[in-house]
Amino acid sequence: MHTFLASKYAKTIVFLLGLGPLAAIVWPFWRGYTIPNPLEFIQHTTGDWALRFLLITLTISPLRKLVRLPELIRFRRMLGLFAFFYACLHFTTYLWFDKLFDAHEIWKDVYKRPFITVGFTAFVLLIPLALTSTAGWIRRLGGRRWQLLHRAIYISAVCGVIHYYWLVKSAVARPLTYAAILTLLLGWRMVDWLVRRKPLAPTKTAVQRAPV
Amino acid sequence: MVIRRARDLTYVDVTPKAVYLDRRKFLGGLGVATAAAVAGRGLLELVSPSRSIAANTKLTTVKSPLSSTEEKINTYNDVTHYNNFYEFGVDKDQPAKNAQRFVTSPWTVSVGGEIAKPRKFSMEEILKLAPLEERIYRHRCVEGWSIVVPWVGFSFRVLAKLVEPTPKARFVSFESYYDPAQMPLGREAGIQLPYVEGLRLDEAMHPLALLCVGMYGETLPNQDGAPVRLVVPWKYGFKSIKSIVKIKFEKNQPPTAWNLYSPREYGFYSNVNPDVDHPRWSQARERRLPEFFKTHKTLMFNGYGDQVAGLYNGVDLRKNY
Repeated sequence: MHTFLASKYAKTIVFLLGLGPLAAIVWPFWRGYTIPNPLEFIQHTTGDWALRFLLITLTISPLRKLVRLPELIRFRRMLGLFAFFYACLHFTTYLWFDKLFDAHEIWKDVYKRPFITVGFTAFVLLIPLALTSTAGWIRRLGGRRWQLLHRAIYISAVCGVIHYYWLVKSAVARPLTYAAILTLLLGWRMVDWLVRRKPLAPTKTAVQRAPV
Repeated sequence: MVIRRARDLTYVDVTPKAVYLDRRKFLGGLGVATAAAVAGRGLLELVSPSRSIAANTKLTTVKSPLSSTEEKINTYNDVTHYNNFYEFGVDKDQPAKNAQRFVTSPWTVSVGGEIAKPRKFSMEEILKLAPLEERIYRHRCVEGWSIVVPWVGFSFRVLAKLVEPTPKARFVSFESYYDPAQMPLGREAGIQLPYVEGLRLDEAMHPLALLCVGMYGETLPNQDGAPVRLVVPWKYGFKSIKSIVKIKFEKNQPPTAWNLYSPREYGFYSNVNPDVDHPRWSQARERRLPEFFKTHKTLMFNGYGDQVAGLYNGVDLRKNY
């Protein structure tokens, strides 16, 4: 398993899998199937997969520790970039087919409609992360600052889930499932962080106890 | 061992609709022959009425003066594979699959409330109340898409006059069929079921308000609200309640399904109105399926203002959305 994950084929396979949703979108058009609302089909599929890839990206860190496969880190950047890729397509369908690139209309929407505002936020937050995803940028920013910047993915994912929750008419089961998974992923990080900072805790409590 | 991959199915492999329908004739014929042989005429009589209103039965229609648009009609495929029918799932493609085994025969609609002659109508009776008209209406969904559909039916007022509303009747309420056993996905709909809708009496008595029993010259497919539904073309689609089992004439304004779920977003009136946005999205434009671009300007009362605007004289449509 370790050698497979470390091999160059593994990355190619993950890359091809990441293109799967795109193929699923192109396929029915290519075959000439009639889709009553083709735009909605593209918009929903790209939105779904942007969010799914965000959650998959967030699964990497917990997973590599839980199953002791540190090699998984190799795929994190690619998965994050796939999230950005589908988010770009999703955003484009909105700009182009819904709003016809009418800047005034778009601004009104972003300003007026909370579900657009959070969705827009989720997307915009991903831009600097995608841009600074290269090794060069990690070096330039320095590991610590780079890591801090890339915590923006937490906010982006939260915004993405809220965007989904706010846009459905009444069937909240699916957005709530995403919310539950995200809570789990972020909760794990919280616990992990608390556990790791525990060694400091005894001294702190000792100091606090002293005056009693 | 050689495992040969089956050739992929393409569109040419799809059974032509006529042939597909013929299998029913074939099976129906078999059934009828057996029934006749086994039990004689009595049973045959019993079988025939239900056959007469099976889905996709041809209906004889007359052109209606209220056939109100010359716009391009959507394909049968669009209208039967893109449905909001939450009892059969919340995705648009789910009703087409999940409603196939929905039992719509026998079917009765009970009519009661503030009327002189409360009674039940069988589907066969409804089909004979008036000549069936083909009416081509624009259909605008609150979600921002629209279609053009050749419905079949007659004005709801025909039925209403028959049961003689009393002076106390000011509203009409409608209720859809709901059976969790046949509609297990209804539990995930989010909205309260059975689905209920309502109109002011004068709205319901407007000639455009259609008691609809078919489309494209045939009885309604299950996913489009078989066997009988309402079509109120100047209101958002959700007002056009499907698969009606109960009609009641009321003194007071009845509750309506989407209004119960979110009163801020879905008003009792829900007239198509480009100037009053849904709180979460604009209603100024619509996407005419199957187009990509949302370029159609939404018309006041969905373009039926000349006929229906008079119903709302003195009504603040911003408040009464």
